[in-house]
Amino acid sequence: MPDARAPVLPERPRLAPGVRLHFDTTRNAWVLLGPERVIETEGPASEILRRCDGSRTVGQIVDELTALYTADRAEIEGDVNDMLAELATKRMLA
Amino acid sequence: MGVLQIHLSGGEPASRRDLVEIVASAREAGLYTNLITSAIGLDLPRLARLMQVGLDHVQLSLQDVQADGADHIAGYSGAHERKLVFAKSVVELGLALTVNTVIHRANIGSIAALVEMAASLGAGRVEIAHAQYYGWALRNRQALMPTRDQVGRAMQEVAQIRSRYQGRIVIDLVVPDYYARRPKACMGGWGHRSLNVTPSGRVLPCHAAETIPGLRFWSVRDRPLAEIWSDSPAFQAFRGTGWMPEPCRSCEMREIDHGGCRCQAMAIVGDAAATDPACELSPHHDWMQLLAGQESSHPATAYVYRGRIPRDGATAIPAR
Repeated sequence: MPDARAPVLPERPRLAPGVRLHFDTTRNAWVLLGPERVIETEGPASEILRRCDGSRTVGQIVDELTALYTADRAEIEGDVNDMLAELATKRMLA
Repeated sequence: MGVLQIHLSGGEPASRRDLVEIVASAREAGLYTNLITSAIGLDLPRLARLMQVGLDHVQLSLQDVQADGADHIAGYSGAHERKLVFAKSVVELGLALTVNTVIHRANIGSIAALVEMAASLGAGRVEIAHAQYYGWALRNRQALMPTRDQVGRAMQEVAQIRSRYQGRIVIDLVVPDYYARRPKACMGGWGHRSLNVTPSGRVLPCHAAETIPGLRFWSVRDRPLAEIWSDSPAFQAFRGTGWMPEPCRSCEMREIDHGGCRCQAMAIVGDAAATDPACELSPHHDWMQLLAGQESSHPATAYVYRGRIPRDGATAIPAR
């Protein structure tokens, strides 16, 4: 049985049922909405979340972020994996 | 105003004939829509229509894991079985499901089994909500209040099962405060994060605010919501820290717990502007703990229900 603490990332991550990304014009920011949850996101986080649509692999998301930002690919890959793992633990990814 | 989420609650929101129109309109406004239901009176075709118009999330109440005990608490024979069928339909439709259980003396030993049941039903989240004693729970406090030992064991149990279910189901806890040392940050602060609109249009800082005498509530029939939020006397009454008495006024926790719960201060102390007696710094804290201890050993097991005549043996505490 796999360790429940280290969630296995879906191959093509998408937001779980009941979770969606919403652009709030009052805050002028993307917010991730879920049951009793509001997570304000900024810059890179919202760029990652907007790509979690079930069509892209984690590798493709990393490639697209690498094209967008100046940091090197390995660093971006680490950030993307950390963020997706955290979302998976919170059951916000499917 | 920047409102992000709407909770359609009750009573029972499914008793509204215009529920589908309400959800559709909320979604058009960009709101995250959450339906909080007992599932009674909500059939599959209407659930499917709610999903079509964009309902984001369903929160279903279960009373216990076994049908006989659950139906006794709900006061409705066959309710539990119908709820389980409903939960399966929600998940099969691909809607997000939370199972909510209000915890009290009769079901406090079932928490682990309730979490397992929620996970096996396919819920993404389970809310273990210790009863908060306002409204109907206050009327039934003698039959509902658990003992201090029961609460202690229940809190330990939740801490243990949290790690077991990590990544499988989210466990949210509404903590019991009758045996606590510090109060809960009720509503995240009065008039700070959320508002409540009643079916008649009155706008309340919390669902129990009408238990506080003397508050003046404005209505969405008369004024815009943003004006009510910022200026209505009821919202201004306990917003911020200016209303606070000592020991809250000089307490370093005042911006964190916001002085606790105004309705609880009203119910226990008789003064909505008093420090929440759940706080050990309140002069009424010992009295509240004594009250909880006494009521937890009360023999009452029958409940008084909204809109029904009490059964034999039910002991109603008169509304204050």
